[in-house]
Amino acid sequence: MPSKPAKFQIVWLQGITCNGNTHSFLNDPLLGSLLDKVRFLYHPILPSQMSLRELVVKIPKSDLLIVEGAYRGDFERGGAVMEKLLPALAARAKNIVALGSCASFGGIFKEASPESISGIVYDKSEATGPLAAMREKVINLGGCPAHPEWLSFVIGMMLNKRKVALDELGRPKELYAYTVHNGCLRNDYFEWKVDSRSFGTKEGCLYYEQGCQGPFTHGSCNKILWNGVASKTRAGTPCFGCTEPTFPKTDLFRTKTYMSIPSEMPLGVPKRSYLALAGAAKSFHIKRLEERLIDDHS
Amino acid sequence: MARPSKEERKVSIMTKALELFSKEGFYQTTMPSIAEKIGMSVGNLYNYFASKETLAKELILYIANMLGEEIRRINESPLDTREKIVAIVHMYFKIAQERPETIEYFLRVYLSNREVFREGCEGMICVSAFVTELMIFFEEGGRSGELRDQDFFSAFGLFMGYLGGMVFLNGERILPNALESYEASIAENIYNALKAR
Ligand code: SF4
Ligand code: SF4
Repeated sequence: MPSKPAKFQIVWLQGITCNGNTHSFLNDPLLGSLLDKVRFLYHPILPSQMSLRELVVKIPKSDLLIVEGAYRGDFERGGAVMEKLLPALAARAKNIVALGSCASFGGIFKEASPESISGIVYDKSEATGPLAAMREKVINLGGCPAHPEWLSFVIGMMLNKRKVALDELGRPKELYAYTVHNGCLRNDYFEWKVDSRSFGTKEGCLYYEQGCQGPFTHGSCNKILWNGVASKTRAGTPCFGCTEPTFPKTDLFRTKTYMSIPSEMPLGVPKRSYLALAGAAKSFHIKRLEERLIDDHS
Repeated sequence: MARPSKEERKVSIMTKALELFSKEGFYQTTMPSIAEKIGMSVGNLYNYFASKETLAKELILYIANMLGEEIRRINESPLDTREKIVAIVHMYFKIAQERPETIEYFLRVYLSNREVFREGCEGMICVSAFVTELMIFFEEGGRSGELRDQDFFSAFGLFMGYLGGMVFLNGERILPNALESYEASIAENIYNALKAR
């Protein structure tokens, strides 16, 4: 009888984390079928073969090491310091995923101690983290949390032995080559510079007054929707750029301006051209965009 | 002698029309009066410009581009914000002296007959080259911390309103001294009004 092919073995290691990516992953609608194809040697919540203690002692080989949470050398897991544990597990893993903004770039936790906390390859956008030397092996899935389907996409590619094309920060292009602005239903408003008057409504763009980071943020939030139905901008909240190394920004929900001119231009757009276009767009009053989309009173 | 090209003809029509419009105003100036001034038949004039409105819009575009180009040069120079203000005031008054019809047109035709420019020149469209450069000037001044952060139009109005006002007074021969003698103090006033405290 032919032996069953070995399952794809995954180790899920947590650094300093809020568990957000774990919980996000549990919402993956395809989790059931994925679990048929992979085996967790260790996962903090899902049934797995080893206890944390065993993981730390045995340092098993794996097909994929997923790291969730930020890195600090003296942080302990199962009695072992990260400084030793992470490189040891990484050396025995075929692939590595830094899951979420903390593991990718340092994220929120880095704010507590900017000197000692970083992502596993990147410290913000500098490749000076503990696994910098093996960065070719590491895929970064920035996001706070990362969308569950971003992770299952990457695992699926690995299962099918397909190469994942990465951007200069090690993020899969398939998921991060777009900006969040791309696919946003408010593009019409952005184009004609019609601003949203409040949070949570369907009308208007959230850029000018509410500081939406959609035009500067790489991510597929408006293409691969959250829970299959929404994204921040669809729900009426500005994107705050959680997939980027610059996250977290301070002063969210406000667009930094100088003399009421946005300080940052949409990616790749020269300031002069943007201002000329924006000035022209603002010259029009388009009734369709100034009215409620759905009038409750009619 | 080689016949002037269509483009050259167009420029000479615009130059003459600009003089007439800025002196007589939009409504007093007619297509026949323009044609007569150039020594061209009215019918031929319409070959170049389909209507008086079209001509008027091309003129404002031309002036805004010219002023925009001048300010762009100043924006791209290594001057600090204070020196840029001096340079812009100087440039504006120089044009007002040497080519008064351009500034006059801006003030007396474009700003005073908004209804003519409603379609095709909505809002800032026809003066975009000029306004954009001032946006860049103000944005950079704000970014470098030299100018106080405020609404663009409050700053823009202060700057251009002042310059326009002086040119207007000069045109009306109300100013006791030559326009350029006010340059330094005007630049100083503008800088003091706009600078960060
Ligand atoms: S709300 Fe944000 S993402 Fe949407 S169009 Fe405006 S700037 Fe772009
Ligand atoms: S919309 Fe922006 S803030 Fe929200 S998850 Fe996507 S990238 Fe992060």
